[in-house]
Amino acid sequence: MPIQVLMPALSPTMEKGNLAKWLKKEGETIKSGDVIAEIETDKATMEVEATDEGTLGKILIPEGTADVAVNTPIATILADGESAADLAKAPAPAAKAAESAPPAAAKAEAPAPKAAPAPQAVAEPDPEVPAGTEMITQTIREALRDAMAEEMRRDPDVFVMGEEVAEYQGAYKVTQGLLQEFGARRVIDTPITEHGFAGVGVGAAMTGLKPVVEFMTFNFAMQAIDQIINSAAKTLYMSGGQMGCSIVFRGPNGAAARVAAQHSQDYSAWYSNVPGLKVIAPYSAADYKGLLKAAIRDPNPVIFLENEVLYGHTGEVPKLDDFIVPIGKARIVRSGSHVSIISWSNGMTYALKAADELAKEGIEAEVIDLRTLRPMDTETIINSVKKTGRAVTVEEGWAQSGVGAEIAARIMENAFDYLDAPVARVAGKDVPMPYAANLEKLALPSAAEVVEAAKAVCYR
Amino acid sequence: MAAPKKAAASAEHDKTNGGSPPEFTREQELKALRDMLLIRRFEEKAGQLYGMGAIGGFCHLYIGQEAVVVGMQMALKEGDQVITGYRDHGHMLATGMDANGVMAELTGRRGGYSKGKGGSMHMFSKEKHFYGGHGIVGAQVSLGTGLAFANNYRSNGNVSVTYFGDGAANQGQVYESFNMAELWKLPVIYVIENNRYAMGTSVSRASAQQDFSKRGVSFNIPGKQVDGMDVRAVKAAGEEAAAWCRAGKGPYILEMQTYRYRGHSMSDPAKYRTREEVEKVRHDQDPIEQVRNRLLAAKVSEADLKAIDAEVRDIVNASADFAQHDPEPDAAELWTDVYR
Repeated sequence: MPIQVLMPALSPTMEKGNLAKWLKKEGETIKSGDVIAEIETDKATMEVEATDEGTLGKILIPEGTADVAVNTPIATILADGESAADLAKAPAPAAKAAESAPPAAAKAEAPAPKAAPAPQAVAEPDPEVPAGTEMITQTIREALRDAMAEEMRRDPDVFVMGEEVAEYQGAYKVTQGLLQEFGARRVIDTPITEHGFAGVGVGAAMTGLKPVVEFMTFNFAMQAIDQIINSAAKTLYMSGGQMGCSIVFRGPNGAAARVAAQHSQDYSAWYSNVPGLKVIAPYSAADYKGLLKAAIRDPNPVIFLENEVLYGHTGEVPKLDDFIVPIGKARIVRSGSHVSIISWSNGMTYALKAADELAKEGIEAEVIDLRTLRPMDTETIINSVKKTGRAVTVEEGWAQSGVGAEIAARIMENAFDYLDAPVARVAGKDVPMPYAANLEKLALPSAAEVVEAAKAVCYR
Repeated sequence: MAAPKKAAASAEHDKTNGGSPPEFTREQELKALRDMLLIRRFEEKAGQLYGMGAIGGFCHLYIGQEAVVVGMQMALKEGDQVITGYRDHGHMLATGMDANGVMAELTGRRGGYSKGKGGSMHMFSKEKHFYGGHGIVGAQVSLGTGLAFANNYRSNGNVSVTYFGDGAANQGQVYESFNMAELWKLPVIYVIENNRYAMGTSVSRASAQQDFSKRGVSFNIPGKQVDGMDVRAVKAAGEEAAAWCRAGKGPYILEMQTYRYRGHSMSDPAKYRTREEVEKVRHDQDPIEQVRNRLLAAKVSEADLKAIDAEVRDIVNASADFAQHDPEPDAAELWTDVYR
């Protein structure tokens, strides 16, 4: 029977890709290891090698096809002795497969853990965007890149450094094109030296330069946390205001997909514990852009927590010359009167999905995207809770000493008399992140847990 | 008093510079004497104030090591930055920071360089290009490399002088920094102040490679061992290193072989070495006595030297007076300077 070549998953978070080019024609002989096609993922263009030998029987997905789901059959290979007539025996016709091919993990009992939906249309208008502003659709990755490029054009003291940020164009393609526009003086590939280059960045910032230091992921920033906290966050205070540093530490934070405990951790609570730092963790593409620009201009050290799962998601970004979102302002993304759901970053995925579910059952949730964790916009939280009397926090990080715990404490301190139920926390489970797909899904929060918590505080 | 070049602080000393370092002019000798004396007397006074309870916390004195920072400072030009660890009072005075401000910081008063909020280990002066004063062992090495990065970025021709001790030299980020500094040809002089003890651990008990000038070998960074008790040798080596950096050749390592007379901090009884060892260095190699003896040999009068002593004592006494009478910071200062 002819062998099917399936659309491969080329990164932990890849769900689909573009079939850029076929390098073999139908009828050509294929040996194991031959490069047969090129696929563009959201991160890079990758070559697909054949793992089977034979003749390329039929190309099922023509080149130039966009958004081909992982595991879709893209071609068939005929083994020795087979002919085109045998093609009919191949299990799935292309057109149907392209629509319905499930992601790899779905074959197991659990669905793909990271099949988060694209950010949903927001119910509330963004106060930062003037009415009638033209919007462009961008991925979060592109929004981040544009934010850095705009700030680098504006201020020659801004530079970007980190592992693979220049020649490679970014491990997650976030710095794509920056080297070409700004050159190697301002877009600097570092050795794998987190502790060292974080310190170099802080030292440069003490002289007045404005580094944007990319960590390939915040998991690796653990090696550098001494420089971030002891040098960056505290120097202004220890110098009596004489010497501070304007620096942004940015990179993906939180759970990726199927990369296990050392590469899946949310540092929101860690950094938001520290005075002297500002901590930002946006959800929407527009906020990613507007807040990164604000972070780069801020005279203080800023931790900018991105989410790898969200990088490829698209959203509407205002087409403005200089779109800045103020640091320290939460945003009511969806208004409601029954329960306040407070989250940030990828936690918003669960929060918004849960709000949809709750609405079907007659519970109108008010969903708040904190966007900035330090300084925290307590006022927006409290005003909402005064209206709803009930609150649920949602985070991917652990509950103990988590941001949700901090939010609950602030609600208790400022709106105790308005509460009709204890604040509920939905958080990552109190375990290191497991690798197995089903366990990973269990370890993370879910929309169902948010729905359950919201109902519980509503006594429903 | 022993002749200046006699028995060095360690057996490696004779590798340094081959012969005698270039002689100083009389003006240079007098300046070196005055600057080293200021540090010595200031540190003695700080020790005294600590004993009286006027200075709290940790207090690491620089006594014995004065020639290192004074000699290096004589090799620098305006705009060159200085950064060091927690044994930092001498570096501040050498860069020209005001003794009153430094002493008042030690006593935690509002007139201190950090308004009393930094203390002994955390002082800075933008004006004098002094970037601290860092309490985490080795952290200043990456930061100092960052200062050099900024010099390179701005092409300003300045050099970062990054001081650290024989103890810090075993920290991992030192080597991360060495790698980047050589890779990017950053203008940084790594001055390793080898005072032979990392707190209570002697170099031989902590370091596989005890020749610190070789610590950059695997990164192709040149290094030199220098008699850190002879201010002339320090200045000469500093000039050589600075010229190397300014020529765009990258970093340079200077191992300064020196000695601290006092304990690691005020609370250290220094039981890990003998009294005789300390006395021998003091007697044979004291950096200040070396200069004083040369000046006397060159027929500078005792009266002239006494005038310098008096001037220095006046500065130090005034600083102690200021530091004890200046008010503590206003309570409102608790909340300032967290963000700007």
